[in-house]
Amino acid sequence: MLYGDCMGVPRFWRHISSRYNLIGTRCATCGEYYFPPRTMCPKCRRDGVIEDHRFSGHGEVITYTIIHAAAEGFDRETPYPLAIIQLDEGPRMTGQVVCDPDKIAIGMRVKPIFRRLGEDGAAGIIYYGTKFMPM
Amino acid sequence: MTVGIVTYGAYIPRYRIKVSEIARVWNADAEGIAGGLRVQEKSVPDLDEDTATIAVEAARNAIQRGEIDPSRIGAIYTGSESHPYAVKPTGTIVADAIGAAPNLTVADFEFACKAGTAGIQTCMGMVESDMIDLGLAIGADVAQGAPGDALEYTAAAGGAAYVIGDSEDSLVAEIEDTLSFTTDTPDFWRREGMPYPEHGGRFTGDPAYFKHILSAARGLMEKLDTTPTDYDYAVFHQPNGKFPRRVAATLGFAADQIEPGLVVTTLGNTYSASCLIGLAATLDIAAAGDRIFVTSFGSGAGSDAFSLTVTDRLDEIRNGAPSVSDLLAEKRYVDYATYAKHKGKIRL
Ligand SMILES: [Zn+2]
Repeated sequence: MLYGDCMGVPRFWRHISSRYNLIGTRCATCGEYYFPPRTMCPKCRRDGVIEDHRFSGHGEVITYTIIHAAAEGFDRETPYPLAIIQLDEGPRMTGQVVCDPDKIAIGMRVKPIFRRLGEDGAAGIIYYGTKFMPM
Repeated sequence: MTVGIVTYGAYIPRYRIKVSEIARVWNADAEGIAGGLRVQEKSVPDLDEDTATIAVEAARNAIQRGEIDPSRIGAIYTGSESHPYAVKPTGTIVADAIGAAPNLTVADFEFACKAGTAGIQTCMGMVESDMIDLGLAIGADVAQGAPGDALEYTAAAGGAAYVIGDSEDSLVAEIEDTLSFTTDTPDFWRREGMPYPEHGGRFTGDPAYFKHILSAARGLMEKLDTTPTDYDYAVFHQPNGKFPRRVAATLGFAADQIEPGLVVTTLGNTYSASCLIGLAATLDIAAAGDRIFVTSFGSGAGSDAFSLTVTDRLDEIRNGAPSVSDLLAEKRYVDYATYAKHKGKIRL
């Protein structure tokens, strides 16, 4: 969710808090965590009580791929690893891991860092948010 | 009521390039340049790092170290000469990224390399007048030097963040006083839209750096009735390794007083962050009761001098975030080709 369809100013702006600080949600009824945030708990439905939760950003690499040909704005950085990270609270998210492509491994522990995610060309908005690096 | 530093944090990108590697590319005398500047290597930002990301990481380190509630921060002033936008404040990004938004005031400062210390002074005034509870002042830069220019050997990247509060909080260092000295001196400038700054060559030394630092430093010591021997440590703006040593000696500070804060040798010139990272490195090792003298310099030109005394609170929070020496030790060397790519110097 962080890198695929994120561009476009209004859409980016609506998701700033989750991109910058990994703000998701938690259901107080069953204890399940959600990232990206959900406004309704699919398990508890009407009995669910949803509250904001700031994820620590610590987690583990579940799987990854090395990006060799990237979209505009990312091409300078290739090759780079893109991973599915399992956050310690449970949810999984896609994120770029800032390390040598030959250093990333399944099971690697990661922590969050604040980086540029991309930009709308030299005159457009700059997108900031969370990436990961090995702990 | 006493005003001072509640907590502080620094951030330095991981990459380094050796001065000798830059000299090799320009066919210059590597040993002569490194020895003359007294700089061995400098930090290089990652491809996705800029002044905003560096400011955020430094601010997060400060908040983590002091374990403060970011919603208490009533003002953020980010000093830099490399703000990522010409119009759109870096501080807005910082405020959101550290969880201080939306109930606060934010503005970006520019005053070459002293915009960060100007931010500290502004926060001091706002805290003392009770306009805000806590203020956050940041100096951060991804310094630019044109390829082949003398500045290229030292222009580095880094940031430091200081949370300013009063004695109702436990201060790690009290700021007894500050004094500034400012004139219209065209030693260094960059016009709107130009990628790299220009400088007045030899004009940057005596009439600029030395005159302003000496005047602010002497003025403050005179005002406080102190002398260099009253201080345990001193930190001066560090455009290279030569200038701060010479200015310290001229004022009467000994070499060991400036040593802990002299980070330029392995960091380079981080512009707005330069003497603030030097101060952070000094706080990393200072003990309760130690007095620290700090003077920044910004081209254009001006200097801000500060007199600080460390409290026993510093020991309690010091290890809550990476020290400057931790940050300097975590490094990877790049060659000039990689460096040029990182800095976007290859313009196609
Ligand atoms: Zn539920």
